[in-house]
Amino acid sequence: MYAWIWRHLPGPTPVRVLLAVALAAAVVLALFLWVFPWLEPRLPFTDVTVDASSTAPSTGGDRTTAL
Amino acid sequence: MSGTIAEPVARRTPSRGWAAVGVLGEVLMTLGVVLLLFVAYQLWWTNVSAQRAADSLAQQLQDSWERPPAPGPDGGEQPGYVEPEFGEAFAMLSIPRLSDMVWGMPVVSGVGEVQLAQGIGHYPSTALPGQVGNFAVAGHRATNGEPLRDIDRLQVGDEVIVETRDTWYVYTLERDEIVLPTDTWVIEPVPGQPGAEPTQELITLTTCNPRWASTERWIWWGSLTETIPKEDGELPEAIAAGR
Repeated sequence: MYAWIWRHLPGPTPVRVLLAVALAAAVVLALFLWVFPWLEPRLPFTDVTVDASSTAPSTGGDRTTAL
Repeated sequence: MSGTIAEPVARRTPSRGWAAVGVLGEVLMTLGVVLLLFVAYQLWWTNVSAQRAADSLAQQLQDSWERPPAPGPDGGEQPGYVEPEFGEAFAMLSIPRLSDMVWGMPVVSGVGEVQLAQGIGHYPSTALPGQVGNFAVAGHRATNGEPLRDIDRLQVGDEVIVETRDTWYVYTLERDEIVLPTDTWVIEPVPGQPGAEPTQELITLTTCNPRWASTERWIWWGSLTETIPKEDGELPEAIAAGR
């Protein structure tokens, strides 16, 4: 996979190295900006509120919000 | 890592099976790196960004307090009781025992992800600081600024100081309990007595427990013990000592 990417990068080696670093940086940025923020609320570390719907089905009429 | 190494490998043309194993190995290594990056994101980046958000909100709030208050619907008779808009910061919270984490933390209306990543979140349906009823707030214990990281260090008698535009409110913690995430009674005006008419000014702190698992909630309750209008020019003792 990485060999394939390397072979398809244009230019001499120094240019390819720069391009590879730029690609990796773009992937990391995408992870930090979109993927991780999306994943985070699906993990339990950030549940700090009391909320009727947090684990059990909501009984309705609850006033605490969970956005 | 240039053509000199790649060429002989390419010339040998490995069997399909070995090529598949190679790709699998690369995918697994990639997943490992992504996991490590996620750990860095959670343990480091969310704290950095939450700290920045809290600092900037606190600054905005201080600035807005220096300007004259916007007239309320009733002509601004009770500026301390103006219901904040959802997502708006309206107070600052300090806990002297946890002063390294919770000192001048903005209190934001709402307890969604967005609000909790900016400071302490206020359950919008509950009382405002100093009001009779229950001023209920939530804060992260792990990641996103983790203001209540050290909730286990709190003791009975500890102070929680809430600053609003015109008043300092000092609450004193009285008891704690570990409850289930669905126990919404903890933030009722009179906790545990639904529908009861409140007579006391209470505060409730909620956060997760255990720190990384969130199968329970750690709750602290306290009541208002001191109210100092800012026009008196005095500061709560702990605030004066901390400055």
